[in-house]
Amino acid sequence: MKRINADQVHFRDLNEQLRNSNGEVELRNVCGQRFIAAGFSRRNIDIHGVPGNALGAYLDGATITVHGNAQDAVGDTMNEGEIIVHGNIGDATGYAMRGGKIYVKGNAGYRAGIHMKAYAEKYPVLLIGGRTGSFLGEYQAGGLIIVLGLYEGQEPIVGNFPGTGMHGGKMLIRSTCEDIRFPGQVTAQSATKEDLEQVRAHIERFCELFGYNVEEILDAPFTVVTPDSKNPYKQMYVQN
Amino acid sequence: MKPEGQVRIPSGCAISAMISKNGERMSGEKIIESMKPMHDRSNGLGGGFAAYGIYPEHKDYYALHIFFDSRAARMECETFMNEKLDIAKSERIPTRIIAEITDEPLIWRYFVLPRRFALQNSQLDEREYILRLVMTINTKLDGCFVFSSGKNMGSFKAVGFPEDVGRFYRLEEYEGYCWTAHGRYPTNTPGWWGGAHPFTLLDYSIVHNGEISSYDANRRFIEMFGYKCTLQTDTEVITYIMDYLLRRQGLTLEEAAHVVAAPFWSTISRKDEAAKEQLTYLRTVFPSLLITGPFSIVLGFNGGLMALNDRLKLRSMVVGHKEDLVFIASEEAAIRVMEPDAEDIYAPVGGEPVIVRVKEGAF
Repeated sequence: MKRINADQVHFRDLNEQLRNSNGEVELRNVCGQRFIAAGFSRRNIDIHGVPGNALGAYLDGATITVHGNAQDAVGDTMNEGEIIVHGNIGDATGYAMRGGKIYVKGNAGYRAGIHMKAYAEKYPVLLIGGRTGSFLGEYQAGGLIIVLGLYEGQEPIVGNFPGTGMHGGKMLIRSTCEDIRFPGQVTAQSATKEDLEQVRAHIERFCELFGYNVEEILDAPFTVVTPDSKNPYKQMYVQN
Repeated sequence: MKPEGQVRIPSGCAISAMISKNGERMSGEKIIESMKPMHDRSNGLGGGFAAYGIYPEHKDYYALHIFFDSRAARMECETFMNEKLDIAKSERIPTRIIAEITDEPLIWRYFVLPRRFALQNSQLDEREYILRLVMTINTKLDGCFVFSSGKNMGSFKAVGFPEDVGRFYRLEEYEGYCWTAHGRYPTNTPGWWGGAHPFTLLDYSIVHNGEISSYDANRRFIEMFGYKCTLQTDTEVITYIMDYLLRRQGLTLEEAAHVVAAPFWSTISRKDEAAKEQLTYLRTVFPSLLITGPFSIVLGFNGGLMALNDRLKLRSMVVGHKEDLVFIASEEAAIRVMEPDAEDIYAPVGGEPVIVRVKEGAF
């Protein structure tokens, strides 16, 4: 495994060093460098320290593991690959991601999964082990968001205004969501066995990564949130 | 080149702060370092710091930090001040000549108290007297700008990157129990020394990351009470709003936070009766002081600080602790630079203030 000491290294130079390496790479002493691994494919990157904003933006197949917290806009517009965060994550996680997977052990900030989208075989998945801030899945257009709320004192497990402007995709929240107010254009209902079976593989991956038991996680009420219509804005401006 | 005040300034920015709850004084070194990983949030057109507890030998005097365009402006200002103030000490603020900071104005500080009879005749309290004097200098005297006016605290700012500004002002030689810092990213302004953050009035200082959209509504309201918004920057108006709500209206910090970052009516409707009543009251009495648009701010004052995000949380802000120290920054990386082992790192909810006070008697 190649090791890179990122201490005091500018993000441009850091990405240059990453570009010149293949296979397994470990970054040490990362502190706030932005755009790490932006657009990268074919690599496994292990990060120690705090990576800066837009980690793995436009990611195209690489796997990134963060052994700690990550900041804002992780996986911005990512296309393929996997981002695994062993701590908490900042705001706007998976901003407009259109493929690949993000697994977060801890909590997410505001606007997790904002404007996620899907097309044909591209189906992004964002899985949060803890709770999330407000505006979860804002303007979500596709893909899957799962929030588990695994830790003590995490009610409500999502903040205010989840699903604002949501018009595609699906959210799965491990809660009855009694205290949570959803906007008018989405439907929230109890998850069925089939709903859970469909996402089981993602939860299994989460458990494998972070050491949890799948059955224990699934043995709880889940709520499925989906938009009422594929095109809620159909008649907003013109009749079409 | 047009000075600020005739140019509108949208900005990006980075903020950082550290405070010792035990009132222990720390040099400016760490806060300067904390701005380095956030370098790219600024563009070199403004950086600054506020430090509390730095003038213990003159702690009963107002410390006026003033930029002068020329010696003549300084003479005129000193003549004006001599009529109104007893000046215990005046000196140039020590700076270091570095390549990164250029075109500096004359930078002086004065430790002052109101002249007794002038204060009596004015029928104002001492703080209001100083505030009006600052407003007069900043609006009436050409080439003079008071950029700090509190007791036992000071603001230090310039055009440049914050880490360079810190070295320029030799902040490693000061010791304070609380520091705040700002790196500025104005995108269409000439950038002027007075326009850098922090903005201060008396001992209130504000560093701000964001771009408020309610500026004009806020300005129209606050100017009715004698504040003059001379710079057209949103941060200046936030500073005056805080002075108005806290000093003049006597609101608590929590109440002031709930005025400027008032929860949505739909959120208020779900609170318990007492909270509902209070929040409704504040929104009804001060509707013009609601600040909309993205912001994360740190308000410093003698004995503490308050950090606050806009209610939609359109800017990032994280908080961490280590023993009696509390750290706040736009990015966790900045906190890790100040304290690698900081604990309980979390992002406060939009609109909910984080208030840290130094224990009584320790500042």
